[in-house]
Amino acid sequence: MKAVAVVGASLAGLSAARSLRKQGYDGRLVVIGDETHRPYDRPPLSKEFLAGTLGEADLALEADDEDLRAEWLLGTRADGLDRTRRAVRLADGREVRADGIVIATGAAARTLPGSEGLAGVHALRTLDDARALRDELALGGRLVVIGGGFIGAEVASTAYALGLDVTVVEVAPTPLAGPLGETMGGIVSALHTDHGVRLLCGVGVKGLSGGTRVDAVLLEDGRSIPADIVVVGVGARPCVEWLEDSGVELDNGVKCGADGRTSLAGVVAVGDCANWYDPRLGAHRRVEHWTGARERPDAAVATLLAGGALEPGVPRPPYFWSDQYGVKIQFAGHAGVSDSVTVEEGAVGDRNVLAVYRRAGEPVAVLGMNQPRLFVRWRKQLAVPGSR
Amino acid sequence: MMIPACRLADLPRGEAYRLDMDPPVSVFHTDDGEVFAIDDTCTHQDASLADGWLEGCEVECPLHASKFDLRTGAVDAPPAKLPVRTHEVLVEDGMIYVRVSTDAPNLPPCIASRLAAGPA
Repeated sequence: MKAVAVVGASLAGLSAARSLRKQGYDGRLVVIGDETHRPYDRPPLSKEFLAGTLGEADLALEADDEDLRAEWLLGTRADGLDRTRRAVRLADGREVRADGIVIATGAAARTLPGSEGLAGVHALRTLDDARALRDELALGGRLVVIGGGFIGAEVASTAYALGLDVTVVEVAPTPLAGPLGETMGGIVSALHTDHGVRLLCGVGVKGLSGGTRVDAVLLEDGRSIPADIVVVGVGARPCVEWLEDSGVELDNGVKCGADGRTSLAGVVAVGDCANWYDPRLGAHRRVEHWTGARERPDAAVATLLAGGALEPGVPRPPYFWSDQYGVKIQFAGHAGVSDSVTVEEGAVGDRNVLAVYRRAGEPVAVLGMNQPRLFVRWRKQLAVPGSR
Repeated sequence: MMIPACRLADLPRGEAYRLDMDPPVSVFHTDDGEVFAIDDTCTHQDASLADGWLEGCEVECPLHASKFDLRTGAVDAPPAKLPVRTHEVLVEDGMIYVRVSTDAPNLPPCIASRLAAGPA
């Protein structure tokens, strides 16, 4: 293998570039990124960066003296993949020929139809998004967060600490029921009301009102919630349009094996755009977590360098964290396959809980709120080979 | 200065013991029976490495994914970027002692700013 193109310059792309060099790849390495920024860390964008306690320099993912001997093509978007010429076409007309390709194009924030061009309406996905939102939050006022998922909840928590008047609107009856299940989703999302942040559940958003600038969020039940700033946190979609007609099989992102291999030889996919096969589940799952973007490139790169001749290992169960209202929330495993959840330690009322999800008596997931020590022990147990 | 930590017999393999100093230091007893001491606080964010995932000679921060080498203090990957200090360990008469490094510690931004502000 003489040339590898990594398409995507965020955590997954950088981790892939690092894995390539660490695993002995010595050839040409091109990293393509559509943002102009060097790789940066996203988790602080909704928390410390938004609060102003971390600056842009703190977000850098590369070490000061790090040299991956890579060519960085930043500020340019990949537009297509030519399988016969083995080339990545760029939107600016250039192309990068490579015999190995790592797809790491991530996901983009879903938007609310009709909100385009309305000032005061924000998504939060990129550094540029976060800069714009931070500047507005600094002015204070009434914030309405649409979507009670993790991004929405973190923004609400940060804005609350900054002194804003905050309302969270969630279409589902219970926020976070998807990742955490109904019971624990209810307990975690109660953090909002603990702090006097309004939480409106089970109601959809009909639209936004305002002239050049948003002034209210209109709900489907007829209510109108006054707003100076609106954050739309309604999930993300994988950025894979550029791969249509490339021969790479797409299905909720790039469909991959348990080792990151795609339907095309010499092409692997990592990060938020990749729908990996999970042997523990016996199903494909697209995991939009930082930890997956950090860890899975090791396996995908090994696959790429071995020409697909490796037996895939079983990855650690998916893991993510969140920080809300001073509470550290940690989760590992798959809540969706469980048939019971029990609080093993701590008290729900104190938001200080270690909960274990089981299926037929076997642990399949674990949730911690301010329980890092116990959480690590359970997470380790979940990762034991042979366990689900 | 040598500081007595705990009895070796009281620290099972695979476990860690945190010394309540400022900044805190932790002693790790690996599955192979070796004993190491490093700064307890992850250099990325306020988290106790004694609560972390110990495997071989590495401990993974309990919150995020950075692993620190107990022998050198080096960190393998983000989000942490700086190493932790390592400290000399002496086991004598079944007691673990730690000689705390005189190097400046690499503390996460939130703790470093608290220390800079002086005692509360």
